[in-house]
Amino acid sequence: MGDAEIIPIGTRGRPGRGQGSGKPSAASRSLAPGPRKAAPKKERPAPQPEADQTVADDLGTPEATEPAGTERPAARRAPAYAEERAPTGGIPAGDWLVAFQHAARELFGEQWEPQLARFLAFLRRRVTGDYVVDEYGFDQEVTERFLMAALRPIAQKWFRIEVRGIENIPAEGGALVVSNHSGTIPVDGLMTLVTIHDRTGRFLRPLGADLVFKSPMVSTLARKSGATLACNEDAERMLRGGELVGVWPEGFKGIGKPYAERYKLQRFGRGGFVSAALRTQVPIIPLSVVGAEEIYPLVANLPSLARVLGLPYIPVTPLFPWLGPLGLVPLPSKWLLEFGEPIRTDEFDVGAAEDPMLVFNVTDEVRETIQSTLYSLLMQRQSVFR
Amino acid sequence: MVSTSRRSDPDRVVLVTGVSRDLGRRSARAIATDPMVARVIGVDVVPPRGDVGDVSFVRADIRNPVIAKVIAKENVDTVVHMSVISTPGSSGGRGTMKELNVIGTMQLLAACQKAPSVKHLIVKSTTTMYGASNRDPAMFTEEMEPRRQPRSGYAKDVAEIEGYVRGLARRRPDVRVTTLRCANVIGPHVVSPLTSYFRLPLVPTVLGFDARMQFLHEQDLMDVLVHAIRTDLPGTFNIAGDGILMLSQALRRLRRPTVPMPGFAVGSVGSVLRSARLADFSPEQLSFLTYGRGVDTTRMRDLLGFEPSFTTEEAFADFAAGLTPTGGRVERLLTAAIDQLPPADQPPALSSVGGGHRG
Repeated sequence: MGDAEIIPIGTRGRPGRGQGSGKPSAASRSLAPGPRKAAPKKERPAPQPEADQTVADDLGTPEATEPAGTERPAARRAPAYAEERAPTGGIPAGDWLVAFQHAARELFGEQWEPQLARFLAFLRRRVTGDYVVDEYGFDQEVTERFLMAALRPIAQKWFRIEVRGIENIPAEGGALVVSNHSGTIPVDGLMTLVTIHDRTGRFLRPLGADLVFKSPMVSTLARKSGATLACNEDAERMLRGGELVGVWPEGFKGIGKPYAERYKLQRFGRGGFVSAALRTQVPIIPLSVVGAEEIYPLVANLPSLARVLGLPYIPVTPLFPWLGPLGLVPLPSKWLLEFGEPIRTDEFDVGAAEDPMLVFNVTDEVRETIQSTLYSLLMQRQSVFR
Repeated sequence: MVSTSRRSDPDRVVLVTGVSRDLGRRSARAIATDPMVARVIGVDVVPPRGDVGDVSFVRADIRNPVIAKVIAKENVDTVVHMSVISTPGSSGGRGTMKELNVIGTMQLLAACQKAPSVKHLIVKSTTTMYGASNRDPAMFTEEMEPRRQPRSGYAKDVAEIEGYVRGLARRRPDVRVTTLRCANVIGPHVVSPLTSYFRLPLVPTVLGFDARMQFLHEQDLMDVLVHAIRTDLPGTFNIAGDGILMLSQALRRLRRPTVPMPGFAVGSVGSVLRSARLADFSPEQLSFLTYGRGVDTTRMRDLLGFEPSFTTEEAFADFAAGLTPTGGRVERLLTAAIDQLPPADQPPALSSVGGGHRG
């Protein structure tokens, strides 16, 4: 950089047309105020002083050891140069070691050696397959160490999630968290996952659509993070096992709805989640999420292309697909999560799940609760982004 | 357990089909050692290759009515049907395999129905009949049906066989029919499509998918057969070791390098490997390697009263012990690096994974 030929642009405040030559033209000289005198002689305009400084520092040239603040006329500055133009044999091993130790200290702190050993032991466990997954394929170690760690800053810094009513989540035992679904891509599920884990220490076990388990990569990640298929068998099995299960009964109707219909709850499936909760007699905790609707405002849909690709919809947002991958960055809306009062199901009879009318009534109750909470949260929110 | 008190002296005459194959032969021997069993008759079209011990071998084809004569003559009271093959293998093509499986079972069941001496039928079925798809529940219980009816191959054979077995149970209510749906049997001596897959030096996997798997150790298969003969308990039971192993995890434990490729490519690689007689990738095998499968074994434990001595993990470790690793360079590197560092204190203990460990 230092020794590159620099062609200046502009005239640096001196009169002239700025065609790079040191001397202004005769015509501009006549326009300039002040005494009609030849411009001070100047060999070459100086390159950027900072870059110059660092290079010169390394070389130890005497002029360059002065602090950058006292800028001397560029005329007296020696051109920067590197001593060895040709590539050398590589960086010596000692330098590598020092750099590595320094990086390790930066990463893990002063206790870097045991920390690094622990990290390498973790890596070895992964490489040798020496870890445990539960029957749904949930890999707790990877979820805690990577998924949660990656999602946490997004939840806290990007969406600035504010949580209310977290005490409604029981400390132990089965419970069913029922949430509204929005945002074109199920980011709300991931954010709920990390929020619940950080606030209560429990893992939310999401129930996903079969499309999730059909898609490569996504299916692996979903199983590893504790999700399972949204079917009655799995929901009941998990609830019986005392897990905290999350369900988004609106499904694709919810996340794929246009922006104009934001915060209007769609149909709540067939109420299968209610019958699962009734059969296992676990409480239903309604969760209202405000903010997820605005992350990818869905302005249009490409239904025919979606049908060809076998997807439920193809979103068109103000940023996607126009900006390509950049359009996948969610808008930083302000999120509010409110967990409502648990709806008890253990007061009903054993055969309550077989009574469709009761199931519909409970489904409606949950839906109404979430919808009214959504409206009240929207009233409290100052604006979309604050 | 009921029967042990009722009968003390050895009086059971057991007929075992499919003894020419290794698992069948060894199961027959294991049954013969049981004190309740007076005699074990092994039946197959070809003689067994190994030592059959106390088992008397009768060369008979279960596809023709000769089998009925064997049952009547020997006064057989317990029939163990193990002659359901998962791969054409040495028997020929798919047509022969289907005939052996389906027609053979029909003939055998017809003979059982005619023979008044038969009191107990044990069928070694497989969890393959549940299929494997993205719409599967995490754990299949015995009442569940496959999400997609199998249209061909082994899974369809098994579904048909189980149908005929149910038919016999209906027509002969005095015969106690026990169907054992066993998970993939694994062990140092097992030769099956899955074990030959794991024995490949470079293992193709389906890109982006990680299958959940359960295994049953070969020793547990024999134990459960003996246990079923003893307990005389009718019904259908899933038989599998505890716990789940992900395919990626299993391959890492084998220290085998993997080649992830899209599903259709794995299929074509599979047909190349099949023609080279290295491995066999049937469509149901491919879907199993993609989506995996888990079965619930609560009934095995609570009703049948059987407890496998190997968990899925241990069964796999026993299988892996006999294989030479073809990879594992990264692991050695990491081990060397860890040895250089001072020993770390115990890693922060993760809270135990919730949910039952029953698999």
